Amino acid sequence: MGAQGNILFSGVGGQGILLASEIMAYALLAAGYDAKKSEVHGMAQRGGSVTAQLRYGDKVYSPLIEPGRADIQVAFEMMEAVRYLPYLHKGSTVIVNTQKILPPSVATGQTSYPENVLDHITALGIRVVLVDAFDLAREVGEVRTANVVMVGAVSTFLPMDASVYEGIISARVPARFRDVNLQAFAAGRKVSQ
Amino acid sequence: MTEKIDNPLWMSGNEAIALAAYEAGVKVASGYPGTPSTEILENLSRYEGVYTEWAPNEKVGLEVAIGASFAGVRALATMKHVGLNVAADPLFTASYTGVRGGLVVIVADDPEMHSSQNEQDSRNYAFAAKLPMLEPSDPAEAKELLKLAFAISEEYDTPVLFRITTRIAHVKGVITKGEMLSSLVTPGIEKMPAKFVMLPGNARARRVVVEERMRLLREMAENAPFNVVEAGDSRRGFITSSVSYLYVKASFPDAAVLKLGMCWPLPELMIRDFAKSVDQLYVVEELDPFLELHIRAMGIACHGKDLIPSQGELNTAIVRKAIDPTSVAELFAPVALPMRPPNMCAGCPHRGIFYNLSRMKVFVSGDIGCYTLGFLPPLSAMDSCVCMGASVGIAHGMAKALGDDAKGKVVSVIGDSTFIHTGLSGLINTVYNGSSSLLIILDNRITAMTGQQNNPASGCNIKGEAANAIDLEALCRAVGVKHVDVVNPHDINGCRKVLNKALECDEVSVVIARAPCVLLPEMKKAANIPYRTLVASCTGCMACVRLGCPAISWNPVSPEKAKSLGYKEKQKGFALINEVQCNGCGQCQALCKFDAIVRQEA
Repeated sequence: MGAQGNILFSGVGGQGILLASEIMAYALLAAGYDAKKSEVHGMAQRGGSVTAQLRYGDKVYSPLIEPGRADIQVAFEMMEAVRYLPYLHKGSTVIVNTQKILPPSVATGQTSYPENVLDHITALGIRVVLVDAFDLAREVGEVRTANVVMVGAVSTFLPMDASVYEGIISARVPARFRDVNLQAFAAGRKVSQ
Repeated sequence: MTEKIDNPLWMSGNEAIALAAYEAGVKVASGYPGTPSTEILENLSRYEGVYTEWAPNEKVGLEVAIGASFAGVRALATMKHVGLNVAADPLFTASYTGVRGGLVVIVADDPEMHSSQNEQDSRNYAFAAKLPMLEPSDPAEAKELLKLAFAISEEYDTPVLFRITTRIAHVKGVITKGEMLSSLVTPGIEKMPAKFVMLPGNARARRVVVEERMRLLREMAENAPFNVVEAGDSRRGFITSSVSYLYVKASFPDAAVLKLGMCWPLPELMIRDFAKSVDQLYVVEELDPFLELHIRAMGIACHGKDLIPSQGELNTAIVRKAIDPTSVAELFAPVALPMRPPNMCAGCPHRGIFYNLSRMKVFVSGDIGCYTLGFLPPLSAMDSCVCMGASVGIAHGMAKALGDDAKGKVVSVIGDSTFIHTGLSGLINTVYNGSSSLLIILDNRITAMTGQQNNPASGCNIKGEAANAIDLEALCRAVGVKHVDVVNPHDINGCRKVLNKALECDEVSVVIARAPCVLLPEMKKAANIPYRTLVASCTGCMACVRLGCPAISWNPVSPEKAKSLGYKEKQKGFALINEVQCNGCGQCQALCKFDAIVRQEA
C-alpha cells in the first residue's frame, strides 16, 4: 500500500475551514491520490465547533478518521486544537493558528479561556507548529486569508510541490483576490519550512 | 463549494446526486430544505432543462413529483428523514398507483442527530409502504445507483425510495461524469383511472399489483448488480449496506462481505448462500436492526445489534471494537474544555424577541429553525420543541388543558418558513377552537437554518427569480385572527410593549417580528455601521452581555485594574463590542442605561 494519511481540520464556524480543506483535497487529488472528505453542515455553523476530515490514499473507504489516527491536525483556533485530542497519536503533527475565539460561556463571563491550553498536547510529546495566521494574513493585506496561510503552513508536511497549491488557489479564488491569497499561502509555507 | 473540475469530479454526495438526477433525465424535482438533504435541489436547480422548486412542505413536494410522474416525466422528491413523516400520506398510496415517469423519493437520514430532533431509520418506511429502497455507501455509488433507481421505477411501476445519510450527503469523493439517459415513457395526459384513482374498488385491485411487484423485485434483487458478494476470509462474514459497508471494509479488509445496494426487498437466496459460506455471520448497520430482523425472520442465525450499537453513527473504530474487542488501542483522553455550541449570529433579529421572552414569565412553545437556538443560555427562552409546525398546536393544547391558569402565560414561536410548512393549520385550529395563546411569527424572509433557501414568503423562487410573497398579516386575518401586530425585533423596548399587550388579549393574537436575516446577501452587502463600546462609561452591569451576542465579550478586571481604568473598585469588568463582528442591529444599545454603547460614526 502506498502513502496514506488523515488530516483533521478543526476550528470555529466562519473561519474558512471548508475552503482550506478543499484546497488540500484538490492538491491531494492532483497528486493522484484517492480522497474522501467529511463535513457536517447545519448546526455546526453559527459559530459552533466545526471540523472537516480529509482522508487520502490509494483507495479510501471510510470518510471518517478513526480516533487515534489523525496524522495531521490543522487547528484554526487554540482551544479547538485540544478538543479533538483523542484523534491524535504520538506521531501526529498539530498545526495551530494562535488565534483565540471566545466561546459563549467565556464571552459572557461564566468561565475563563483555559490558560496555556496547548500544553495538553505538547505534554504528550506531540509536535506542535504555531502559526500566527491572523497576523500574517493582516500583513499580506487581507485578514480573511488566514485560512490560506494555514494551508501554506500544512503544505510542507505533504509531498506536493508549492506550485500544485498555487495552481489550485489561482483557479479557485476570484481574480481580484488571487495575489493576496498566493501571498498568504507563501507566508504560511515559510512558517513551517 | 460547488465548483467542478473536469472528469474526475470532486463532489459531495448531494452534488453527485444532483448530477445523477440531471443525467437520468429528471424533468421535475420538488422538496423542502432539511439538513442533510438540502443541497440536492440547490445544485439541481443550476442544471438546464430540469424544473426545480421549493415546496412549502415535503407532502406537497412529493405530490408535485407524483403529478409529474403521472404526466409521464421522470420526477424527484427530496427531504430529510423527518420530512418523510410529513410526506408519508402520499407515499403509501403512491405505492399503489405506481408511476408513469420514473419517480424517486430521496430521504436523508441523520444518525447521531447532527442537525435533527430525532434519529429515525427511514428503511422502515420501505417495509411499511411496500416499496423498494436503494442505499448507496458513498458519493460515487450514489450517482450510479440513482440513475438505476429511475430505470427500476419505470420497469417495475413503482416509486423508489433512495436513502442516504449525513455521511453520504456531506461527504466529498471522486465522481465521474456519465452518459445522459432518458425515459422511454411519452409525456402527456393519459387517463388511467383504475391506476390513478385510489378509492376502495380500484385500490383493492392495485393492492394485488403491489404484492406481485414486490415478488418481482425480490427476484430481481437476487441478480441485481448492486447486491454483491465480495469473497474473502470466510471465518467472519458481513452483511451490510450504506456507509456501514465502508466501516466494515476499513476495519476488516480481508473478510467476506455481502454488500446490499438495495435494503428492501432483500435477496433471500443470496443471503442464505452467503450465510452458509461463512463461519460467523455479522450484520452491520446503523440505527435499527432492519436487515438483522428480516434475516433472522428467514431463520438465519447472526450477530447484529447484540454487538453493534443501535444509537448514533457508526465508524470504523466502533465496528472493529464491537466485533473484536481486543483490537482496540488506547487513546489520548479528552480534555474538559468550555463547549462551543452554535449561537444565533451577531445582529440576528431573533435574539431581540428571545431576550424579551427570557424576561417574561411565559412558557415558550418553540419550533424548528435557527430560533431553536433561543433555547441555549444565556437567553434560555424556549421550553418545548417537537417538530415542524408543532409550536402552535402545543400552545393551544396547553391553553385548553390549563384554562384560565394559562392566560397570558403561553406563547408559541415559529419562523416564517416553518409557519408556512405546517404551522398555519395549527393557527386555524387555535382560532376555530378558541384559545387565547399568543403566536409570534419570526419573519426573517428566508429559510435560514438550512443555509438560506427562499420560501413562499421570500418573494423569490429557488432560482432567485421574483415570485409571489405571502402577505402574512393578511393570511392571519383571513383565518380569523383579529389581533395582528407587526414589530421590529431589533427594537427591544418597543417589542416588549407590544408583546405584553398581546399577552393580555382574551383572543388569539399574532405578533409578526419582521427583520431580514443578517446572512441574506443583500444584508451582507449593505453598508454596516457597527456599534462600539465607550469603555470608560461601562459600569459592568452586563445588561448587553446577557443578550448572548457573539460580538459582545465580557472582560473581567481586578480591583487594581478597575481603579486604574477609573472604575469603582468593586466593578468586576467591562463589556466590549468586537466591531468586526458587529452587524449594527442596535439591540445592545437599547439595553444600555449608561450611554456606553454608541454607533461607530459618533
